[in-house]
Amino acid sequence: MLLLILKRIGLGLITLFIVSLITFVGVEVLPGDACTTYLEREAYGAALDACIKRLGLDIPAYERYLDWASNVVRGDFGYSLSGEMPINEVLGPRVKNSLVLASVSILIGIPLAIVLGIITALWRDKLPDIMISTITIFSMTIPEFISATLLILIVAIWLGWLPGIVIIPSDATFYELLSNIILPVVAISMIMTAHMARMVRSSVIQVMASDYVQMAILKGVPYWKMVFRHVLPNALLPAINVVALTIAWLLGGVVVTEVVFNYPGLGRLVIESISNRDLPVVQALAIILASIYVGINLIADLMTLMLNPRLKSLQIRK
Amino acid sequence: MNEIIESVKNLSIGFNSQKGKQISILRNVSTNIKKGETVGIVGESGSGKSTLALAMMGYIKQGLFPLTGECLFKSEDLLKMSSRQLEKIRGRKIAMIPQNAGQALTPNLKIGYQIDEALRLHTDLNKTERDKKISELLNKVRLPSPEAMAFRYPHELSGGQQQRVAVAMALAGKPDLLLLDEPTTGLDVTTQAHVLELLRFIAKDTRTSMIYVSHDLGAIAQVSDRIVVMYAGEIVLEGPARKILKEPIHPYTYGLLKSIPKLSLAGLPASMPGSQPQPGSINEGCSFYDRCNLANDNCKKNSPGLEHIKELDTNVRCFNYKELINQNNNLQTSITKKTNNSEANEVLKLKDVSISYAKQKFFDQLLNKISDQNPTVKDINIDIKKGETIALVGESGSGKSTILKSIAGLLKTKDGQIKFENDRILSSDLKMRNPNDLRAIQLIFQNPDESLNPNHTVEQILSQPLKLYFNLSGEELKKNIIDLLKKVRLGEFYMSRYPRQLSGGEKQRVAVARAFAAKPDIILCDEVTSALDVSVQAAVLNLLQQLKEDLGTTYVFVSHDLAVVRAISDRVAVLYQGRLCEIGPSQNVYKFPSHPYTEVLLGAVLEPDPDIKPKLVAEDIVEEKPPEKGCSFQGRCPRKIGDICNSEVPPWQIGENGNAIRCHINIEELASLQQ
Repeated sequence: MLLLILKRIGLGLITLFIVSLITFVGVEVLPGDACTTYLEREAYGAALDACIKRLGLDIPAYERYLDWASNVVRGDFGYSLSGEMPINEVLGPRVKNSLVLASVSILIGIPLAIVLGIITALWRDKLPDIMISTITIFSMTIPEFISATLLILIVAIWLGWLPGIVIIPSDATFYELLSNIILPVVAISMIMTAHMARMVRSSVIQVMASDYVQMAILKGVPYWKMVFRHVLPNALLPAINVVALTIAWLLGGVVVTEVVFNYPGLGRLVIESISNRDLPVVQALAIILASIYVGINLIADLMTLMLNPRLKSLQIRK
Repeated sequence: MNEIIESVKNLSIGFNSQKGKQISILRNVSTNIKKGETVGIVGESGSGKSTLALAMMGYIKQGLFPLTGECLFKSEDLLKMSSRQLEKIRGRKIAMIPQNAGQALTPNLKIGYQIDEALRLHTDLNKTERDKKISELLNKVRLPSPEAMAFRYPHELSGGQQQRVAVAMALAGKPDLLLLDEPTTGLDVTTQAHVLELLRFIAKDTRTSMIYVSHDLGAIAQVSDRIVVMYAGEIVLEGPARKILKEPIHPYTYGLLKSIPKLSLAGLPASMPGSQPQPGSINEGCSFYDRCNLANDNCKKNSPGLEHIKELDTNVRCFNYKELINQNNNLQTSITKKTNNSEANEVLKLKDVSISYAKQKFFDQLLNKISDQNPTVKDINIDIKKGETIALVGESGSGKSTILKSIAGLLKTKDGQIKFENDRILSSDLKMRNPNDLRAIQLIFQNPDESLNPNHTVEQILSQPLKLYFNLSGEELKKNIIDLLKKVRLGEFYMSRYPRQLSGGEKQRVAVARAFAAKPDIILCDEVTSALDVSVQAAVLNLLQQLKEDLGTTYVFVSHDLAVVRAISDRVAVLYQGRLCEIGPSQNVYKFPSHPYTEVLLGAVLEPDPDIKPKLVAEDIVEEKPPEKGCSFQGRCPRKIGDICNSEVPPWQIGENGNAIRCHINIEELASLQQ
């Protein structure tokens, strides 16, 4: 088991190494370099020379990569071009904000999705299923920029209950954030919960049709006991990986929602740094988002492995 | 003894078709189960036997609903009970042993927990008493080290062990009635015989009534006191087991019994024409009319009722049953002799073939070799003559299908050669073979549902090999397809059908036609009849034999069913753990002396005759890997003589009969031991 974990961690590190190479090479092969793209029309003469010097672009590429990589390993992403401040200082609050948004959405969305999925599966084709399924399909198909805008229109503008956009300093405390993030959380949860509820539903339906559930019924196991002992553990196992991907998506991929609500999260930082042509920040973000995906998937795989007796003994035997 | 436990009265179960018509799967079924009695319910797939069995627990599958009748358990109707009431009966009064225990045990719960659950629900024992009881139950079903077994997960057990756990779980609530739904289908022959033996013991020991549902008359014959024969949702014959099996007075049962290949007889069993009607397609007349050779105009117009014949203690649904009374002595003799048209020259030679599933190590991959000291299949030497049918038999894991895949080129060999025609070595890599060799060797798979593309019509399926190998098109292609269909006795109108519109037997015929489309020299048959019903199986076997005699094809026939092998093959090779044990002409292999493994296999075969009991001479242990050295059968051999079996590979000995046996025991001594 330990060997397996080490192996998976090793594989994850290799993935990250490749990602770092690709982003670095990608930046290299772009026409121009960090300085010309940043300075734009002023990219000549002394200003350009100074910038090249400052960023060390006169050193050969592989040396720069090694230098950059070893700094990254130590946790130092270098300097941002636009703000001319350490990238770590730019990233820190953004990571925190994204984590807050993600964890609140997860805490609300995932349990809700599981409960809805189970209800729709157990009352399949009956009224609860038809109602919930219609709602989930709606919230899945409406694009988030529309649902988010509608939310702002109704809740913030018409009713005036909550602020429409998030106007907080990027280093706001958790409590300051909380009232501001209700609307973004609702917008995100609508899509996320709908997707996951559909998945849980089909998974539960599949397990309910299995031979072992029929066997449990014929053994005389009371209905709810059967659902909790025989159905759910087997039906929710495949959900772990989906949950993991959702978490990763929440941390870096909710760009549209963040932009609509003006939320200072990681997703918006990606857009900002790309439009500012702040290549060092783009590089840093690529590495961070890749590590989030790799890390969360690793945890999900290990959890599946621990919880599924079939996979567990298979792995140990190997 | 005569107390009735459960009584089914006039039960009909059906579903609503898409056109809103009510279609019944079970039609007016009535029967009684007495205390201590074992009733066998037999029928082919689609006869409604499982629906009936489940209804007897008050369980109706989703989509179905009861139309008329009642299931009275101790004079209470199960079909009218609330689920709360049913929970009190299921597992406590009536318990179920499922068909496939591997799928019927919940995968995330330990064996011990699942038995404990039944005990908690249905007994008043406390924790320590229950733990003791779990061990007791696991011991009763003869599982090794019961205490440790309780902490295992279902997937850690072999198929036979899982089935035993299911039996233990059913016994936990001390039920009055045990319902067994094909409990041994899918198990190896020896395991099946052992599980049946256990069930017989339990029936006797606990005086529990049993309902044994199966398509296998062999298994039914071993356990039942009384037999109910189902056809198209009706009971067609019901009576004492011995009477039903020895003197069947319904034409369906009679035909069914004749279509079963027998171990004692060489040659092909008689097949029954046609197939069971689909639910809802019977409007008037007898449901067996189309397939019956006793049928007359009366049978076409009127449907016969179930008639009780007092002197035979039998119920029969047939107008003309009297014609079958005293006709039954020819049950054993109605077998078509087959001709052996094998020629002297060999068409395929396997020389020292070894096959390994081991993962290649990095260095071996570079050198393109496989270094596995203990390969799955080892040292196979078989010369196959042109026009003969050679069968490879053995239990699951014996490597028989593996060898077949290697001949087909689907699996690389580790060592040895496969020689085709005039000793030309065939590459073990499919991509290196020339198109003509690929055409010459065709494969028919076990399950036509999986081997036929569901989105292709029969015409498309059959045109593929014709286009590929012979470049046919247009009218000529069509003519060839019609010819092929005619060869497998299917009409021209099948061309536009999709596989899902065909019955199991028809599908397998299409698969056979596809193989013959390539005009092959050798056809590899991988358990081609295992997924078919008995009456259909006989028809497919007859078809294969006929085609072979007409076209001179060579068959390599893989099967776990020794009676089927006996029926079709000229020569038999017995395999255990990927090593050959015995090889010889089939009439001799089925005689003694044989290799101890052949003896074990033959002993475990279930014949549809209550007087022939299986002989259980070896434990049904499952070995995961072949032993590193010595005889492959050392772990289970009932005739093991000592260390020599563990250390040395036994020599080949040729018996008088011409069968070669690989054993350390002198062949004459083996003969006297087995008498």
